[in-house]
Amino acid sequence: MSASAAVDGIAIEHLSFAYRSRTGAEVRALDDVSLAVPAASFHALLGPSGCGKSTLLYCIGGFLPVTVGSVRTAQGMVAGPGPERGVVFQNFALFPWKTVRQNVLYGIGKRGTKGEEARQRAQHFIDLVHLTGFEESFPSQLSGGMQQRAALARTLAADPDILLMDEPFGALDAQTRRIMQEELLAIWRQTRKTVVFVTHDVAEAVYLADTISVMSARPGRIRQTIAAGFNRDSDPGIFKRPAFTELVEQIWEMVRAEVDQARGAYAA
Amino acid sequence: MIATAIRYAPLLILAALWEAVTRLGIVPRALLPPLSTVLVALVGMLRDGTLVGNAAQSFMRGAAGLASAIVAGFLLGAGMALRPRFHAVAGPLVQAFYPLPKTALVPLVMIWFGLGDMGKIVLIFLGCLLPVTLSTYNGIRGVDRVLVWSARSLGAAPRALLLEVMLPAALPQILTGLRTATAFAFLLMVASELIIANNGLGYLIGSLGDNGAYPAMYAAIMTVIALGFFADRGFAVLSAYLLRWRG
Repeated sequence: MSASAAVDGIAIEHLSFAYRSRTGAEVRALDDVSLAVPAASFHALLGPSGCGKSTLLYCIGGFLPVTVGSVRTAQGMVAGPGPERGVVFQNFALFPWKTVRQNVLYGIGKRGTKGEEARQRAQHFIDLVHLTGFEESFPSQLSGGMQQRAALARTLAADPDILLMDEPFGALDAQTRRIMQEELLAIWRQTRKTVVFVTHDVAEAVYLADTISVMSARPGRIRQTIAAGFNRDSDPGIFKRPAFTELVEQIWEMVRAEVDQARGAYAA
Repeated sequence: MIATAIRYAPLLILAALWEAVTRLGIVPRALLPPLSTVLVALVGMLRDGTLVGNAAQSFMRGAAGLASAIVAGFLLGAGMALRPRFHAVAGPLVQAFYPLPKTALVPLVMIWFGLGDMGKIVLIFLGCLLPVTLSTYNGIRGVDRVLVWSARSLGAAPRALLLEVMLPAALPQILTGLRTATAFAFLLMVASELIIANNGLGYLIGSLGDNGAYPAMYAAIMTVIALGFFADRGFAVLSAYLLRWRG
């Protein structure tokens, strides 16, 4: 298979990424990362702060230049941002000067849909994330949870194959986060997107993902990839099941070892 | 109603004081004519078209200079913010030119562009250019990169970003620069007309003063103040509308 061939889902091969810090020192953020995410599956990237999991996500998004290794999708080699890869950011990144409806319409318009058809499509996704009635609100008039719903609707409405989510619920309070997790799963079951979800919350990863990659402290490597698969089950009591809590505990031990190592590295 | 009355009370008190000190002879009438005679002159100049005609001339110069400065300043500031090489060339020039009082350029601009409208428009353009340039530069530099990334991943082409993302995101800062530029436009308009012109509000103030027509001169000055006030209020209303999305 040639290196530029298209793949189902996402294929990352031998990806390394380094950048210069403000002091001019070279920071190795990612080191020889290889990862395959099958189409329509939900993959979580888990690791301590600064492990490069967001950097990895931005490389898939095409926002950071890939010079060593490769990232491929169904559209071939990733060389820049593209509408087949939708992104949801931690701080929402809504256009603050646009209303909820105008935000959702932006990506729809870029895909060439205009007029009444675009309006109906926008309304469908606004309804899907339960923002009906807030179409004409500006982001500044909404709570954090509602802003993230709007951002999710905007991204879904542009109909990407792949959904890249960078700690999307990290800025929300615990209750809102739980509700958003449930709704995201419901939407994912309906739309069957390929999802890469960055988080540092172990229970969140186990609850949402088919597979979880635990990343090491900097330079970021994938330490282990673990199957979870609780997301196929919509039982609200899933958090209390022994199998769930055991897996959370097992992964947490792994993450803790990385956090300790990172701490040691900073102390040294 | 009451709030408005209280807000403008200082103005009314000032007007009453003005009238009183001149009527009571505390200030000689040669230095300060009573407000009532100034208002009579104002009404006369409004009736015979002197004020409207000269104000229209001034407005044309101010608007032409300011409008061209807004367009050029935006492009210059955006170019500096988005193209490091262009910034390397233009940045030092902007820095060197910024502190220069633009009124110092009046004789120079008159030599280069003549004593007519063009010289005054160029002077206003030069004075208004850098406030717009610098506010645009700072505004665009401050745009959160995730907004740009969002637009790109939603399918925006790189060339669409300037008008669709950078301009609206930088608008709060750009409007601050525009407000400064508007004030500069008034300043340079009156100053250049005072120095040399045969019409315009600045010319009117100067020539009435030279002829000893003090009530009319005060009326012309009051007209400039009123126009500046309404321009600034109008600008504030427009800003509030354009930035209504801010919480």
